Amino acid sequence: MVAKRPAYSNLVKEIRSGKFVLTGELEPEKTTGLEEILASARAMKPYVVAANVTDNPLSMAFMNSLVPSYIVQREIGLETVYQVTVRDRNRNALISDILAAAHLGIRNVLALSGDHTVLGDNKGAMPVYDLDSAQFVYLLSKMIDEGVDLAGNEIHGKVEMNVGIAANPNADPLEPEVLKIGRKVGLGVDFIQTQTMFDIDLVKEFLREIERFNCPTLVGIFPLKSFGIADFFDKYIPGVHVPKELLEGMRRCKDEPDKEKRKALYDQVNIDFFEPFIKEIRKTTKAAGIHVMAVFYERIFEPLLRTTM
Amino acid sequence: MIITKQKPFEKILEMTQPYDKVFIVGCGSCATSCQTGGEKEVAEMAGRLGEKVVGTAVVEEPCDLRLDRRDLKAHREALKEADAVLVLACGSGVQTLADFTGKIVLPGLDTCFIGETERLGRFYDRCRACGDCILDETGGICPITRCAKALLNGPCGGQVEGKCEVGEYKNDCAWVLIWKKLKEQDRLDLFMKFRPPRDHSKKVLLTEVILR
Repeated sequence: MVAKRPAYSNLVKEIRSGKFVLTGELEPEKTTGLEEILASARAMKPYVVAANVTDNPLSMAFMNSLVPSYIVQREIGLETVYQVTVRDRNRNALISDILAAAHLGIRNVLALSGDHTVLGDNKGAMPVYDLDSAQFVYLLSKMIDEGVDLAGNEIHGKVEMNVGIAANPNADPLEPEVLKIGRKVGLGVDFIQTQTMFDIDLVKEFLREIERFNCPTLVGIFPLKSFGIADFFDKYIPGVHVPKELLEGMRRCKDEPDKEKRKALYDQVNIDFFEPFIKEIRKTTKAAGIHVMAVFYERIFEPLLRTTM
Repeated sequence: MIITKQKPFEKILEMTQPYDKVFIVGCGSCATSCQTGGEKEVAEMAGRLGEKVVGTAVVEEPCDLRLDRRDLKAHREALKEADAVLVLACGSGVQTLADFTGKIVLPGLDTCFIGETERLGRFYDRCRACGDCILDETGGICPITRCAKALLNGPCGGQVEGKCEVGEYKNDCAWVLIWKKLKEQDRLDLFMKFRPPRDHSKKVLLTEVILR
């Protein structure tokens, strides 16, 4: 295991202080505008210590995540977790982007493989994967801790960032996923954020399995804004199944004709499911916090967190 | 073996259309086994292209200049007469014949991969000729070829019931296979080993093998 690096970000400072932390998620889309992202960031700011900014999720070619990562910090004062996949960039581009991010004051980077290009909206793209996500962590450690790039060339100035990785407790089989996390943590990881979880038993099993790696872990949850989203998640997100009772609860809400009433019903279904879920995580596991992927559903933060935090 | 697929006939028709005299060369080795460029396929192709075909031959290995020289000796006149050579062989065969004949060459096949043959008509991608083999460390399963992301430190986490997110969960996740195999062989230490980034310059510069 490499030596623990300093806590450069508020996120890692809070994690190390022992506080149960919350992070949110912002998704740049196929747009040149940032109004929606800024509104979302503003809405979640009171509840989270930092917000992830996604990098072409599901391999959709969206706005580069670095720009909103920076603008959200500057305009809203909310720390960001700059998500970077190795799918679309070779090592040179990764080094360039990290140098630029360091200049812009980005303090967290989440190193990801990225969903494959054939799943995306420009399916003919060449998948890069010059580095894999473990090698990207290795590169980040060199840049942050040693001040050099991958080939050992010296960097002028400092890269002061904390490094996060994603984990998928839904991976099946789970053992190679767990072993892989152990392998990656050893390369210099400050925190883990998991993929969306709905199964509390699986959360517990997974956290127990990775406890030996001694890396703070935030459990990912995805409050469901509508039945359509719940159904999409259940059908199309690899390995993720929305529990039947939750899906049925969502289905019942969709028939309410009054928009405001429908919203309130959806919110209640989410609260009924996730409130005990979060409480159970806090009570029975060593999770460092929750990564709340309430993308464009920031209104759920207040009622959801009222009794859980 | 080099696995090939025949191009759609319309495409071959389009390629050969500008030429009045075409010579067809097949491959007696890989493309014969793939049933894409053997005696039978060359004869069929000649039949379909009709009168413009001025000659045909199946070279034992068209990717070998020496065998081209030997097997095409008897066809010298017909080749000379031809405006273009349609090659039913892999990309290497096509280029070797371009060197040998000096003619316009037309690829009748698409080259898919270096593959494993289960039986005739069932071939699997097994090698990308990366120039830096690590099969000793991965239980004889190549992650460069068989992992859709060519990860050296997988799995990526996208496996569902051991299947890969690419190709609608029909293909095995290479890293799950590697994990299973190494576990079976009691060599999980190799699974846990971190593999640093590859030096791609090696492959970029690996354009020839000259032994003497």
